[in-house]
Amino acid sequence: MYVAVKGGEQAIDAAHRLLAEERRGDTSVPSLTLNQIAEQLTLAVDRVMNEGSLYDREWAALAVKQSRGDLIEAIFLIRAARTTLARFGYADPLNTKSMRVKRRVSAAFKDIPGGQILGPTFDYTHRLLDFDLPQQDKAGPAATAPANLNRDMPRVLEMLGAEGLIEQPSSAEEAPQDLTQDPLNFPAGRDLRLQNLARGDEGFLLALAYSTQRGYGRTHPFAGEIRLGMVEVSFTPEELGFPIVIGEIMVTECEMINQFKGSMSIPPQFTRGYGLGFGQCERKVMSMALVDRALRAGELGEERVAPAQDEEFVMSHSDNVQSTGFVEHLKLPHYVDFQSELVMLRRMRADILGDTREAAE
Amino acid sequence: MNAPVYNFAYLNEQTKRMIRRAILKAVAIPGYQVPFASREMPMPYGWGTGGVQVTAAILTPDDTLKVIDQGADDTTNAVSIRKFFVKTSGVATTEKTEDATIIQTRHRIPETPLTAGQILVLQVPIPEPLRFLEPRETETRKMHALEEYGVMHVKLYEDIARYGQIATTYAYPAKVADRYVFDPSPIPKFDNPKLDNSPALQLFGAGREKRIYAVPPFTKVKSLDFEDHPFEVQTWDQPCSICGAEGSFLDEIVTDDKGGRMFVCSDTDFCAKQQDAKL
Amino acid sequence: MKTLLSARDIGKSYGNRVGCENVSFDLHAGEVLAVVGESGSGKTTLLRCLSGHLQSSSGEVTYAMRDGRTVNLASLSEAERRLLMRTDWGFVHQDAREGLRMGVSGGANVGERLMAVGARHYGNIRAVSEDWLARVEISKDRMDDSPWAYSGGMRQRLQIARNLVTSPRLIFMDEPTGGLDVSVQARLLDLIRGLVRKFNLAAIVVTHDLAVARLLSSRMMVMQQGRVIETGLTDQVLEDPQAPYTQLLVSSVLQV
Repeated sequence: MYVAVKGGEQAIDAAHRLLAEERRGDTSVPSLTLNQIAEQLTLAVDRVMNEGSLYDREWAALAVKQSRGDLIEAIFLIRAARTTLARFGYADPLNTKSMRVKRRVSAAFKDIPGGQILGPTFDYTHRLLDFDLPQQDKAGPAATAPANLNRDMPRVLEMLGAEGLIEQPSSAEEAPQDLTQDPLNFPAGRDLRLQNLARGDEGFLLALAYSTQRGYGRTHPFAGEIRLGMVEVSFTPEELGFPIVIGEIMVTECEMINQFKGSMSIPPQFTRGYGLGFGQCERKVMSMALVDRALRAGELGEERVAPAQDEEFVMSHSDNVQSTGFVEHLKLPHYVDFQSELVMLRRMRADILGDTREAAE
Repeated sequence: MNAPVYNFAYLNEQTKRMIRRAILKAVAIPGYQVPFASREMPMPYGWGTGGVQVTAAILTPDDTLKVIDQGADDTTNAVSIRKFFVKTSGVATTEKTEDATIIQTRHRIPETPLTAGQILVLQVPIPEPLRFLEPRETETRKMHALEEYGVMHVKLYEDIARYGQIATTYAYPAKVADRYVFDPSPIPKFDNPKLDNSPALQLFGAGREKRIYAVPPFTKVKSLDFEDHPFEVQTWDQPCSICGAEGSFLDEIVTDDKGGRMFVCSDTDFCAKQQDAKL
Repeated sequence: MKTLLSARDIGKSYGNRVGCENVSFDLHAGEVLAVVGESGSGKTTLLRCLSGHLQSSSGEVTYAMRDGRTVNLASLSEAERRLLMRTDWGFVHQDAREGLRMGVSGGANVGERLMAVGARHYGNIRAVSEDWLARVEISKDRMDDSPWAYSGGMRQRLQIARNLVTSPRLIFMDEPTGGLDVSVQARLLDLIRGLVRKFNLAAIVVTHDLAVARLLSSRMMVMQQGRVIETGLTDQVLEDPQAPYTQLLVSSVLQV
């Protein structure tokens, strides 16, 4: 005698307990501390802060631990935590010009005022697995040039702008909208597009950026400037009426110099693409800048022919919390709808096969 | 570390007000998709965040909540959502349809007829009925505004031309109050007649797509069809193997690998009631 | 003869660049006007301004609606304009894919306009669709195929049927035979000419091909660099072109 399936609640509880056990792993192995994750898996933590849209290293490290290293799962945890936080308002725009620079490079010029500063980068390492790393990871403070990094570092793009060679950065006449507060409508302004890209999946943006380089909406980019370092966050509380510095955060900023626009009669200028992210995330901000520029096709009078230029396509599919939710929801029971399809399919087939059988007789 | 403190039913009051404003707009314009600023929830998009946000926004301490998925209270996602609300609000829960004041559901409408004062909250994956014919949001918005629904009948026409019948079996589009065409969520077309002139308030939440819509009580809902190919519901040639009911939606249970099958009510509460009635 | 459409001083510019300027004409019911010129002459820009696909920079277009009113097209609401495009007007694109719904069958393409204005009987819709497909020489057994399976000429004929099913009074055509080979072109032009006569259609046909103008139109306008440089009865213009550019065009056509 068939008994209806029951016990969903117990099954879920048991599954959670099993998950906790797997997460801990072999108990003779020391449990990972949040400090270890924050200090030694910094770039994972940075990514979680970026796509989680929340700057908190400790919470991001916890999310990485809780998610067993599945970064999209960690990002999800941070987004959910973020929703519950009280909002005080908006910080003043970050002044990345007065950044305490750790790394700053430009591909557009051999040398620039302030210098090319390599900083901590994988760029010129040889990708050879270092089997000595586990035993000998005792790297102490590295010797650096006696660089006084408070030297003047004018923006490369501002210097070009002074000569009129590049378009002015867009000035905000109205206050920017907030992607997390208002429902998204198309067409979207550049402010919402950039917010969407900032929290967008790094892999998705990387692929789109790559596609523009391979001809799907080519923009002839040059890396005008990439900066990494600490910037102050300044906020003007209502009660005080003047700005106060509430702390500093690490950001990476990328300004791309793109295909010039203009003609025989209108003086041509280079165009811009912009990327900004928390922590050290060059791949992300470079991709963001390339896609930002591609999405500006409309305002720059370019024909939209490539996926990276399609605003609805890019913005609707960039959020990995949304995309993983929907893709993975296919694991949920769908048997009622499937049953409906089965009923229909069987009937259609019976109609056809019944007909042919009749015809044969 | 500072851990956050959660409000009643998780969402803060500001968010609830925002969602309720959207709900009011939706009720004022039956079938119209109202955009809302969907919040990140602790369960994934696609797993009912829209329905959960609607329920969280309307829930009061005096409510009695029923949560079902595929018609059953005990399916994993229904269990998970019910636990979430118990954890964040302490609200009373029930499996009995007639005792609930709010019923959150995925993919079914209960067999037991709803009464005035009840609210049905349906979970919606893709709110836009025109989406698969027209992928652009800018265009579908215009089509709704201008009541340009010819393309929906084109789809139905194609089905008949290809299969001899309308091939949509769930998420079957319908016209609400003779104005907006809507997607009633992936309920089987079997449940579409229950949408029409219901005494209950029916709310639809799409979290990932950020839309809320509504069918107020006693509103006309007419499933799309052709005069010579009228809308019809699914039927089975057998009753429920457990309770004997003949007019309910049946799940197909595979009992062995030789093609053995049995058919059982999808609505577990309804089935249990039928069994009790027989005793 | 009743004036159906009236254009006064239509102009469209893109910054400093002129798309078209100072175009004026009257079109009467049942009359076919050809707009002839090379690519870049502004003829397609003009067509798109007249049909409402593009907003003109200057000038106005008035149209005599079915209910008798004469309206300034710019004063129509978007809903009214879209309804007009689907009922009283037609637009035949050079590339049929722009004017068809490629993802549904030929029959559905023809039936769509009927369904858009409320037709709800499958059998009747199908019958009307079949009828129109026959008129454009597409056989019944191709009706349920997707336009992807149709030849270029068939797709154009399908486009025409799709437009004519609501008995429009005015059709815009943008290079209707462009991209088709010569024999297919001839057949299509014959068909169009027959339909225009039979249903007393007014049409504005943009083309670079003088033969198309000669076959289809009673009047023509020649455009060059955005301006109308000559206009008149088609036979007269082709027989005795006045403007130097028109003379050049006419003389450069191979006499077959």
